[in-house]
Formats: sequence, C-alpha cells, structure tokens
Amino acid sequence: MAASGTDRMVVVPKENVHMHRVRNKTSDLLYSIFRYALVIGISFIILYPLFLKISVTFKDKQDIYNPTIYMIPQHFTLDNIKLAAQVMDYLPLLANTLLFVTITTILTAISCALAGYGFARFSFPGSNVLFVLVILTILVPTSTLMVPMYLHFRSFDFIGIIHLFTGRDGINLLNTYWPSIITAATAGGLKAGLFIYIFRQFFKGMPKEIEEAALIDGAGGFRTFARIMLPNAISPLITVILFSFVWQYNDTFYSALFMSESPLISLKVASLPAQANQLIPQLMGFGSNSGMKADPNYVAMIVDTGILLAIAPLIILYLFVQRYFVESIERSGIVG
Amino acid sequence: MRTIRLSLKSRRALLGLAFISPWLIGFIFLFVTPLLQSIRFSLSNLSVAPGGYVLDFVGLKNFKDAILVDATFNRILLDSVGAMLLNVPMILFFSLFTATLLNQKFKGRTMARAIFFLPVILASSAVAAAESAGLINMMGDASAIDSSVDGGASFNVVSIVRMLSDVGLPMAYVDYIVEAIMRIYEIVSSSGVQILIFLAALQSVPGSMYEVAKIEGATAYESFWKITFPMVSPLILTNVIYTIIDSFAGSPVTEAIYQTAFKTQNFGLSSAMSWLYTIVIGLVLVVVGWVLSRRVHYN
Repeated sequence: MAASGTDRMVVVPKENVHMHRVRNKTSDLLYSIFRYALVIGISFIILYPLFLKISVTFKDKQDIYNPTIYMIPQHFTLDNIKLAAQVMDYLPLLANTLLFVTITTILTAISCALAGYGFARFSFPGSNVLFVLVILTILVPTSTLMVPMYLHFRSFDFIGIIHLFTGRDGINLLNTYWPSIITAATAGGLKAGLFIYIFRQFFKGMPKEIEEAALIDGAGGFRTFARIMLPNAISPLITVILFSFVWQYNDTFYSALFMSESPLISLKVASLPAQANQLIPQLMGFGSNSGMKADPNYVAMIVDTGILLAIAPLIILYLFVQRYFVESIERSGIVG
Repeated sequence: MRTIRLSLKSRRALLGLAFISPWLIGFIFLFVTPLLQSIRFSLSNLSVAPGGYVLDFVGLKNFKDAILVDATFNRILLDSVGAMLLNVPMILFFSLFTATLLNQKFKGRTMARAIFFLPVILASSAVAAAESAGLINMMGDASAIDSSVDGGASFNVVSIVRMLSDVGLPMAYVDYIVEAIMRIYEIVSSSGVQILIFLAALQSVPGSMYEVAKIEGATAYESFWKITFPMVSPLILTNVIYTIIDSFAGSPVTEAIYQTAFKTQNFGLSSAMSWLYTIVIGLVLVVVGWVLSRRVHYN
C-alpha cells in the first residue's frame, strides 16, 4: 500500500504542486488579513469608549463646542480631574473602597479555597449532595434572598446569642461592613459558588501522592493544605482573587442593599450625574440657591472624568495581572 | 492522649467537614434560612416593627397581586425573559467565534486577549447607569448632538437591511442580525467570561486531532464542525447557563423587585415577585438544559 502511495506522488506534475502551494499561500494571507481586520475591529469597539473618556478627561472647557477636534484636545487641562475628584471626594473614597474590597476578597478566597478543597478531596456523608447545593446557590437569583437578608442584618443575632446576653433583639448591622464581611467569610458572597467550583475542579486534578507524602511526613490536614496545596494552586487563586476583587468593586446590588450610605465607589458612581449637576455650580462659586445650572455638556464631561477615575484602579490592576489571568484561566481547570 | 480512637476514614471525613464548615455555616444561616423565610414572606403581609417584623398570613394574595394587579410587573418579566432568549444565542455565537479566533496563533495575540477580556473588568452596572445619565445630559442640547456625532454608531443601518434582504434572507433573520450589529458593544462586553470558558476548552483539545484531520485532507471549516464544535459542546451548556444567570444581575425585574421592597415597603409582594422570577428562570434553565444535554457530545 505504501509503495502505491509513493507511486501516486511521483505521478503528480510539478507545476500542479506549485500552483497548489501558491493558492494555499494566498488563501492563508487573505485569511490572516481578514483575521486582523476582525481582531482590530472588535478591539476598537471595546477600547473606543475608554479612549473617548480619556480624551474628554484632558479636554478644556473651551474645546467642548469646537467641531474640529476629534480625539486629541487642543487645550490640555487637569481641571476636569480636579473638579471630578472634588465632587466625588475621590481619595478618601478610593482608600475606603480598596480597604473594604481587599478584606472581602481575601476572606472570599480563603473560605472558598477551604470549601473547594474539602469537596475535592474528602468524602463524608452527604458530600455529593452538599456540592449539588453549592451549584444551587449559583442558580438562585440574589433578589430572592434580598428581603430576608436585609431583615436579618437589620437585627443581627447569631442563634440568639445576643438576646441571651443583653436581652436586646439583635444589633443593626446595616450600613456597616459586617454584612459583606460575614457573607465573604462564610463563602456566601458574590458568586462564591462559582469560586468554590473553580477551586474544587483544580484540587481534583492535583495528584494525590503529594498529599500522601505530606501526611507521611507528619503534617496535619490543615498544614498540608496551607503549606503544600495552596502554594500549588496559584492559578485558581489568581482567577478567584481577580474576579472577586473586580465584582466586589463594581457591585451595586449588595452595596446598595446593606450599605447604601457607605462611601463606596460603586455607589458613588451611580449617583455621580445627579451630584455633578448639583455640586458644580456651587464649586464654581454660585450659591446653592442661585438657580444657576451648569452647562449640561460640561457636567457630562465631569461625569465621564469621574467614571474614568472610578475605573482607573481596575485598569491599572488589570495591566499588571492580565497575563497571569488569561493563563491561569486556561490552566485552572474551569473546564474540567 | 486521645480518648476516642477514630478510624482513618472517619478522621478524614471529619477533616473534610472542618474544611467546608465555614461554607456550611454560611449556607445554613445565610442561604437556607433566608430562602425558607422568603417563601413565608411571599405568603404573608409583612410589616416592619421596631427590632423585627410582624407577619400576617394572606395565602396566595401576593402572587395574584404580582401577576394581575401590579401594572407593570408581568410585562417587565416577559420582556426580560424575551430579551434573555434573544441575547443568549448572540452572546454564545460571538464568544465561541472569538475564542476560536483568539486560540489561533498570530502576532499580537497576547495583546488581543488582554483587550478582549477588558470588558470583564469594566462591566459595571453603576458605570452603565452613570454613562446613560451623562448621555441624556449630552443629548439635551441640540448643539451638543452636532459635536457628539462621533459618540454614536453613525453608520447607515438602512443600507445593511437592504443589502441583507436583497441577498434573500427572511426579514426575521435580518432584524435579528441588525439588532446584533446595533448592540455589538453590549454583546462584546457581556461575553468576556464565556470567551474565557470556551478558550480554556479549546486549549484542552489535543492538537494531534487537527493534525490527523489535516492529513486526511479536511478543510479548516470541516475540522471546526467535526472536531472543535463537538469537543467544546459540553461547555456550550455551561455557557448557556452562565449567560442566563448573568442576565439576572442588572435586569429590570431585579430592579422592580428591589423598588417594591424598599421604595413602597411592600416586602410580601416583593418576595412573591422574586419567587415568580425564580420559577420562570428555573423553568427556562430546565428546558434549555434538557434540550441541549440531548445534543451535547461527551467524551
């Protein structure tokens, strides 16, 4: 059979092969042009709003009505940033938000890693049923739990302990960080079910021998986890930490529910247009009752600047971790 | 000295329980309890009292009110389920397509990936809300529209419609495609996680399969439908479910439920609404899951 195959190869005329190669090359070239056109086009769609905001941020007031200006402003200025930062009370706001988000992210990562490891490596009565319930927590819409959770944290009382000792009907935890911290520490925060799933899939794929070796060397269960398993779980950790950080940073649902009055960026951004409308005339020196209205385009400019200030930390974070992020998703066994 | 000697197996079981105990505590007190309470609330009239609340059992009245009495709820519910059913195929198609694209080797691939996942980071309902409010400001002034032409999609939609219908596509398809084009940013920005999932799936397809197909003379088109598609098909189900759940987050229904609870203080009605929503979503998930799982190829 092999001999007849080579026979046929010899019979093919030389020009024909050459033609074939040329045609292949042109179609490859055409395809790669098409691919670049697509990739660049989609990238443009994604980046365009961002570029627009950056351009607006550095644009001077007198450039607003100049129709000849496309992206690059004629008069550069940092006034917009100053004004937007003033309207938002930016730096304290940012510090506060970062502190809060970092705490919940770390707690979420720890509790979800523990749960994921527990589900991946141990069999106890009902372990499979419980894992199905983890998936269930992903599927139930958050709005279903909203009212009971709100009332629960309004008079928080863990199994009646507070009532037992003080005789009061629980403590009001609304407008404190505690509701989010408690849900994060108990692996029940934002999309925690998904994180547990990611960790479980990863730990399931790790070789058992590593653990056994650690056990024989005399390490206990938690020590094995902390010293051996977790340091090897860098990829799912990065994925979970980044997702958790970003989703918590952007979250308005739980923040508005539990901490509507707390200084958090996500809440501030949502009310930014109204605030800018109200505050800008004042900041420009008109009295609050003077009935002066700021130029709506100028307000829009400040709002855009404020939005850019709000998402800037995320973009900077992403610039640093995006390589690990994409790689880690590929290896974290999200697919499993 | 340990007084109770446990077998290795039950010691392992206890250790496992210890690992999941934070989750388990949270699950019981912050998931199951609220879930059961929510059912009770939906069947009652709830009034907030100092330090707690008072329940009045009213049966199915809240559910009746949500469907028949409330002026907008049933329309919003149907609308957002409809929008979801339209969105899911678009997002799915786009994310599979993009993942295949990003999985190929070309110069600048790392950068392209970084850009394509940017929307995952930047997708924020707060920013979207502020943006649309800013846009209304911009559009409030006629002279502003002139200067902000570059802000909108300024290509001619009519010409696309005419071109596609000249080709002979049925109008329903044309509408669908045009709508997809008009909302391309929305689709791109809500398919980041789905692209990641598909990309991870594509990476796990062994390269030797493509080599064999190439030797056998399969075209790229054929090897996509005969290898890539069957290999990622289990993830299509995952992605469909993820997309459906993800569409809860900023949906008008959630907003309506929130308003009912905290603006009009009608907690019972709000719970009933959220249960109707949960049931509808559950039904959609079951139907979609059932249909898809019959067609999915597992290896």
